[in-house]
Amino acid sequence: MAMIEIDRLVFKYGDGSSLFNDFSLLIGKGEAWTIIGPSGCGKTTLLSLVAGMLRPERGTIRIGGEVITRARPRTGLVLQDHGLLPWATVRQNAELGLTIRKYYGPDGVHSPQDMEADPDRLNERVEYWLDWLGIGDLQDKFPAELSRGQRQRAAIARTLVLDPDLLLMDEPFSALDAPIREELQKVMNTFHAESGLTSITVTHDIEEAVVLGEKILVLGNGVNSLPVVIDNHLRGAIEKRNDPEFLLRCSELKMTIAAHTVALPPESN
Amino acid sequence: MKKRVTIGSTCIGIAMFFLLWQLAAMLLARPILPSPLVVVPLFCQSFFGELGLHFLASTGRVMAAILIATMLAAPVGLALGQMPRLDRVVGPLIAIVYPIPKIIFLPVIYVLMGITDLSKITLIAIIIFFQILVVVRDEAAGLKKELILSVRSLGAGRRALFRYVYLPATLPAVLTALRVSVGTAIAVLFIAEQSLTQYGLGYYIVVETYQVLMYPEMYTGIMGMGLLGVSLYFLIYSIELRVNRHLYVG
Repeated sequence: MAMIEIDRLVFKYGDGSSLFNDFSLLIGKGEAWTIIGPSGCGKTTLLSLVAGMLRPERGTIRIGGEVITRARPRTGLVLQDHGLLPWATVRQNAELGLTIRKYYGPDGVHSPQDMEADPDRLNERVEYWLDWLGIGDLQDKFPAELSRGQRQRAAIARTLVLDPDLLLMDEPFSALDAPIREELQKVMNTFHAESGLTSITVTHDIEEAVVLGEKILVLGNGVNSLPVVIDNHLRGAIEKRNDPEFLLRCSELKMTIAAHTVALPPESN
Repeated sequence: MKKRVTIGSTCIGIAMFFLLWQLAAMLLARPILPSPLVVVPLFCQSFFGELGLHFLASTGRVMAAILIATMLAAPVGLALGQMPRLDRVVGPLIAIVYPIPKIIFLPVIYVLMGITDLSKITLIAIIIFFQILVVVRDEAAGLKKELILSVRSLGAGRRALFRYVYLPATLPAVLTALRVSVGTAIAVLFIAEQSLTQYGLGYYIVVETYQVLMYPEMYTGIMGMGLLGVSLYFLIYSIELRVNRHLYVG
């Protein structure tokens, strides 16, 4: 069953240059996708469109059968910049989404109509995800007291606490050092294996695209019409990243990206 | 990291202040500088009488001005910070008006608003208004787009953004602006209270005591005004410490 249906999407940049023209794509329920491509290819734009933060010019995006016209309460979004409130503790940050839901009540716009309201169970949920992400002991710390990796973990916890049915991540680990990045990639793979949540991760890192995506969408920096999708059974094979098969997949992917990259005219000044 | 003021350091400061005052009084040995040994007992005695009423009148005016100015300036600052296009239009005007010493409008305000308390409060409120307006606008404009976006992705609309992002983000700056401008506000109050009123420390110091050469009594008024400034400063400071816990970590 398709979780996300993108149907004949048209989207242009503010300057009128086309990013997507008649672009259609189906993303199945429970699939882990990565999106990769050269800068300016519209990876983040596509993610924002799916998140409902941007509106398509034409065409529709359906999630779970519903046309997206605004941010959807059950879509979780994790950005490169953790976006934690600096004046709130880890615990308060992790609870922020719940606090906002409580503030609006189950209105179906800002929060799901069937949202959990029992404070004890919500507390348990917050504890669970903080512990699961290994930051349970840091609840009373402020973001400034955490390492970058811990901050990103807190941001992920904040999103998972909301019990999303779709997880969107925009270069979530690209500001992290390599060992921490790998650690979090493992965490997210384990999460996907355990939860079976549909997820889309935007990345510019080829290895990351292979590690995190069972399907890899390659976007070009010209106009995207026909989606280029690579099936990838190597997802989760972090420990195999030096095996010939893994390296071959990476170099294939590299070539696919190169084939869809238009050389930009040298900047004239 | 900011440097905290402790109770210990405050006590040392107070002790040094009175010691220097006493020394200066002994060296000068003239009626215009009475010893704190004369003034402090007199202050304690009259604070619960006539002086206390003057103190209350001044405190009331400053507090009212702070309240009015904050309630008007914070929303306007937020709006300007969130709407760069509007800010581009009114920004130059604010930049010009901001540094003008507002006390020069004293006669104008007196004529327009009459010799009521309201005119004095308005004058002080105008001073504080611009201080708060500018910091709130700058704080709101300085919030990272990613932060806003990620909080929006958690379901926050305009109201929740205000409650959970803009308000806590600008509150520390509002408090700092208040703490810094409270000194100016009291200085202006001192001048504004010298005429057209019967109560207020400015009136007490200049008209009731100074002009009739009651120097020790005049000093009780001066102490009262000093106390007002110091208490407001530390009151705001203590709220800041509570609100800004995250700035003192590590």
